Amino acid sequence: MTLELTRINRRFSDYPALNDVSLSIAPGEFLALLGPSGSGKTTLLRILAGLDYPESGRVEFNGKDFLAAAPRERNVGLVFQHYALFRHLTVAENVAFGLRVRSRRMRPKRAEIDARVEQLLKRVQLDGFGKRYPSQLSGGQRQRVALARALAVEPDLLLLDEPFGALDAQVRVALRRWLRRLHEELGLTTVFVTHDQEEALELADRIAVMNRGRIEQVGTPREIYQRPATPFVCEFIGKANRLALRREDERFVAGGWTFAADPWMGEHAQAIAYVRPEHLTLSTEPVPGAWRARLRHVYLAGSVAHLELDVAALDHALEADIAGEDLARMGLHAGDGLYVSPSHAVIFPLDRDGRPIAGDRWLWRAGMATTPTRLPLRRSEVELDAHRVDGGIQR
Amino acid sequence: MSRKRTQALGWPRLLGRGLLTLGAVAFLIVFLLLPLSVVFVEAFRQGACAFFDAIGQDEARSAIWLTVLVAAIAVPVNLVFGVAAAWVMARFEFTGKSLLGAFIDLPFSVSPVVSGLVYVLLFGAQGWFGPWLEAHGVSVIFAVPGLVLATMFITLPFVARELIPLMQAQGDEEEEAARVLGANGWQMFFRVTLPNIRWALLYGVLLCNARAMGEFGAVSVVSGHIRGLTTTIPLEVEMRYNEYDYVGAFAVASLLALLALLTLAIRIALEWRYGDELAAHAPGGR
Repeated sequence: MTLELTRINRRFSDYPALNDVSLSIAPGEFLALLGPSGSGKTTLLRILAGLDYPESGRVEFNGKDFLAAAPRERNVGLVFQHYALFRHLTVAENVAFGLRVRSRRMRPKRAEIDARVEQLLKRVQLDGFGKRYPSQLSGGQRQRVALARALAVEPDLLLLDEPFGALDAQVRVALRRWLRRLHEELGLTTVFVTHDQEEALELADRIAVMNRGRIEQVGTPREIYQRPATPFVCEFIGKANRLALRREDERFVAGGWTFAADPWMGEHAQAIAYVRPEHLTLSTEPVPGAWRARLRHVYLAGSVAHLELDVAALDHALEADIAGEDLARMGLHAGDGLYVSPSHAVIFPLDRDGRPIAGDRWLWRAGMATTPTRLPLRRSEVELDAHRVDGGIQR
Repeated sequence: MSRKRTQALGWPRLLGRGLLTLGAVAFLIVFLLLPLSVVFVEAFRQGACAFFDAIGQDEARSAIWLTVLVAAIAVPVNLVFGVAAAWVMARFEFTGKSLLGAFIDLPFSVSPVVSGLVYVLLFGAQGWFGPWLEAHGVSVIFAVPGLVLATMFITLPFVARELIPLMQAQGDEEEEAARVLGANGWQMFFRVTLPNIRWALLYGVLLCNARAMGEFGAVSVVSGHIRGLTTTIPLEVEMRYNEYDYVGAFAVASLLALLALLTLAIRIALEWRYGDELAAHAPGGR
């Protein structure tokens, strides 16, 4: 049941909502479309559901032309952001809707429908709620009714539009885990739209990061986080310190720190580096080449401490994350002097006007071989250890 | 100290409130309640027998019949048109949408006499299509078709205007959900769209019907006042009044007043029911 999207284009009056989007979704996969609002992710989902059509491009599901089929012929389940439950129908009638509108030949018998509804309500943990109206349910319950209604038609493809967007934080996390378990039980190919990176990283098998109608990167949550393909992905997923680099001879420097190589052989004079807060190594003893920093503030958020560091050589602040116990061990306080150096960085070359050059990237790592690795080198890239391991502290 | 202050501020305000309330009640009595009761008082001035005699006359009976016939054609037509127009206005974006909205409102802004005259100009003996229609044995002006056309024009906005804001507020997500779940167009309309607008639709139809039965201006122009053939209730009232048949005029008028009261009663019942329903079924989180 492979879903294949090829070169989809969709324009809304003047701006392109989707710009040459291609994507392949494997059977049983749980894929997240992640992006800021206006990035085209909902438009893409609506095209899959048949509620919107692209100007050009192909959508094939199992080799069948999806765009030629009306929404009712596609056999997809769609859960709307605001649920879109039928307000004049009870919960049970809502769930049964997709079965009742079938032609007489295809429609299950009344008793069968009732049994299926009962079973679905049990599955979404709402047994006994069948006679209520949507207005009598909480947000989380409505969300689950919407899911049961979508599942009732036994879809080949499940589409979820910001499934947790309208819920409060606690319900959201609980429902997220529950949805992940449900997906593992059903094995249904699922595409969901979200602007919440935490949600996408936790739930999805793969994430397609979207920006301005384009897919910036598709990959597993780990790939997206550790090997971001574009500056946008670096900035949108997780936190990252942004450093401006200048080329000096055959290396790039930022405020005294040297990234000792030039993978572009002198082609680019400037570059931009992204360093995750956990990829900054802190030391109270002097380290050769490291930036001198002053600890401005410590935010202790549970087990992790967020440190705000003033670095005179970079003329802007850096953010570093260390484990709470390391903070205690190092005995750091606001105002202390420190030495900071990056352990990993993602570096993008810039053209003369300071714009990043698409498709080129350097995954830098402290102490790496002098021959740097560049995109597209997925296979040969130095595989990072499990993420956040290298944020270690030198003493 | 503080109590004194509130009292000092309190009584002029109280007086103001009292006067305003009194003024509003007096206004309602003089301009609404009094005229309505006059209709019934005058109708029964010479007793119930005279009242029923007046209503039972052939002219009155044919006027009632004609009014019901005109409404029975105009209201369903405008029901269908109103739903279709509201659908288009609420669900689609297209150039000329505001123009369509203005056209739907046109009958509200044009004087009924003018709308009646337009039909005379179009279908009258000297009108654009009149001679051709006459040659084919169809008479529109001074006949029932003209009455129906004029009434349809006058009552055109009622259903659409009632539905457009509601359908815009409700959005089309439920309809989209129905389509994805496998409903065809008719199933979507009858199972989702219609149930969501039913009370507003009923209310619009009631208003439409009240106006269709009560319309005077446009109908008067196209009717020709042929007694027993082309007079509706409002025309019959006017003719009797001009003939100094006050009891007869008010007796027939009381039928229209009754219709108004009935509409009002159903409207109140609906608002009670429908307001409740709207509140209870409003989707949360919107």
